[in-house]
Amino acid sequence: MMRLELVKRPQRSALFSVLSPFIAFALTMIAGAIMFALLGVNPVDAFNIYFIQPISEVWQLHELAIKAAPLILIAVGLSVCYKANIWNIGAEGQFILGGIFGSIIPVLFPQFEGPLVLPLMLLLGMVGGALYAAIPALLKTRFSTNEILTSLMLVYVAQLFLDWLVRGPWRDPQGHGFPQTIQFGDSAILPELMPDAGRANWGFVFALVAAIAIWLMMSRMLKGFEVRVLGSSPRAGRFAGFGFNKMVFFTFLLSGALAGLAGISEVSGAIGQLQPVISPGYGFTAIIVAFLGRLNPLGIVAAGLVLALTYLGGEAVQSALGISDKVARVFQGMLLFFVLGCDTLIHYRIRLIGFAAPKLEAAPKLEEAR
Amino acid sequence: MDITVNILLTIATAATPLLIAAIGELVVERSGVLNLGVEGMMIMGAVGGFGAGYLTGSPWIGLLAAIIVGALFSLLFAVMTLSLATNQVATGLSLTLLGLGLSGMIGTSFVGQPGVRLPNLDIPGLSSIPVVGRLIFGQDPVFYISIALTAAVMWFLFRTRIGLTLRSIGDSHSSAHALGIKVIRYRYLAVIFGGACAGLAGGHLSLVYTPQWVENMSAGRGWIALALVVFASWRPWRVLAGAYIFGAVWIGQLHAQAFGIPVPSQFLSSLPYLATIVVLVLISRNKRLTMMNTPASLGQPFVPDR
Repeated sequence: MMRLELVKRPQRSALFSVLSPFIAFALTMIAGAIMFALLGVNPVDAFNIYFIQPISEVWQLHELAIKAAPLILIAVGLSVCYKANIWNIGAEGQFILGGIFGSIIPVLFPQFEGPLVLPLMLLLGMVGGALYAAIPALLKTRFSTNEILTSLMLVYVAQLFLDWLVRGPWRDPQGHGFPQTIQFGDSAILPELMPDAGRANWGFVFALVAAIAIWLMMSRMLKGFEVRVLGSSPRAGRFAGFGFNKMVFFTFLLSGALAGLAGISEVSGAIGQLQPVISPGYGFTAIIVAFLGRLNPLGIVAAGLVLALTYLGGEAVQSALGISDKVARVFQGMLLFFVLGCDTLIHYRIRLIGFAAPKLEAAPKLEEAR
Repeated sequence: MDITVNILLTIATAATPLLIAAIGELVVERSGVLNLGVEGMMIMGAVGGFGAGYLTGSPWIGLLAAIIVGALFSLLFAVMTLSLATNQVATGLSLTLLGLGLSGMIGTSFVGQPGVRLPNLDIPGLSSIPVVGRLIFGQDPVFYISIALTAAVMWFLFRTRIGLTLRSIGDSHSSAHALGIKVIRYRYLAVIFGGACAGLAGGHLSLVYTPQWVENMSAGRGWIALALVVFASWRPWRVLAGAYIFGAVWIGQLHAQAFGIPVPSQFLSSLPYLATIVVLVLISRNKRLTMMNTPASLGQPFVPDR
């Protein structure tokens, strides 16, 4: 019988804070290979189809950018929350509300056209996401209600609300009964960046701009310092005069607005109308992106691209090998597990101890006591 | 009269998985560990239970498999948070995400297959007594397990020495460690117990409640179970009451949909989730009650120093 023991490092290991995401990725690959082997597929072929083929042509890179954009946008906002030790896990709901709010103009006022439409839609999307995120923030600050549970419950409510909208009042009357809204007009569609090369749209630019802006805020501005202080020591933050309640609102509204922007960008970009389901779980996958990116906005850009690839790969193995595309979720879950586990190496050394040698253990303990 | 009995029976069936999962999580949280992976362990229990029942034809083997799968899956969380001292919130979340994905993948071939159902208790003579007969002697076996489990956990936590030790660990792991208590070992057992309970709750879903496999069939029940523990301020008998209130809400909205009342079905379906939020707000408004009962070291990683 073996036992793990953690020995605290005197200071955080710079080596492992760089290495740990890569170790985690390697471990995920190994576990993935075992999984494919269990499913009766040659792991080398499966990896080729999963990770290489989906990004071997230019138009496919555009698809990667389409999937990465919402992940990065949401994860960048969540990283600020998590740094402050505030747990917004309802980004999926805020994403949906952003999509709904932003669609108000193209669905209810389709005759309204012009260059103003798109900016207004994006703004409304951010407002929608932020307002929805304000609910758990309000409940936490007012009644100290656990924000994890409330923000998550609101995801289910948002999904059902969207379902009602597209089957009920917002359904396209000429849509042959399909549960969807009218197709958005031209001025309500997020333009593609390089229409000749692929489908990637401005959403990816928003994601990069947001990542850089949040990176600047976190590393160069007082607000970022405030977030970090309150996150690591609420008491110290109070002495410094930073308000905790204000911080709850700030982080929730910021992450909600970014999730909302991601939502409306997805609806007006990749989809072009509202449907009962507008997200393959971006809001939850973004949590993984945030941690894989070490809660650092620049790391999150890289992590977003990796996780976007797991979506594309999942679709690819489904069509090529007939494996459920749920395999993507499994990869994502394993990756997060290994990332969290490897992060332990930054602060601790791991020692394996056999129960067979307790005497060796006892001796140094006595010396320490003296 | 028959309708009333039927409604009461369906409420009990809806409440049972919530109760079992919440009782398990209560023990985990009393030991000072916050496992947000209940939803993931539950869905793994559901798919494991369905699969074993479907392949062997025995719902009992299915139920056993559900428990084992839930416990094994929670072991993953235990190794991460207890041996590697990872962040409990993030690890619990990843357990849920992994469980939802893994169960979907494993269950692909089960979709649409007929499942097996655990038979209801049937004691000749007793079960056919009007009204009370079916309520007391004619329910599914897991219902009786859930009630017995609640009583056992109550007795264990508040009437036994080990239970007291477990609670003391939850309130201050460093003090408990200083007294020579094996904090990590206790927590391992608590987490695995919680996993077994969540697995059993999932098994109830796929072997009793709706004997088939549907992707994401836990539908947020794991999260509601987590909320129930907070609502109950970490006391077993209140978990029992809360589970039945939520069972009633769940069944109530289904009946309202069936009666065709002029409210969109989506609004009715969102009632259990909204009710959870309302209930959480009501309970957390009472700060004294919450402060007094929350295990003080809940969610904090612990690394024994030497």
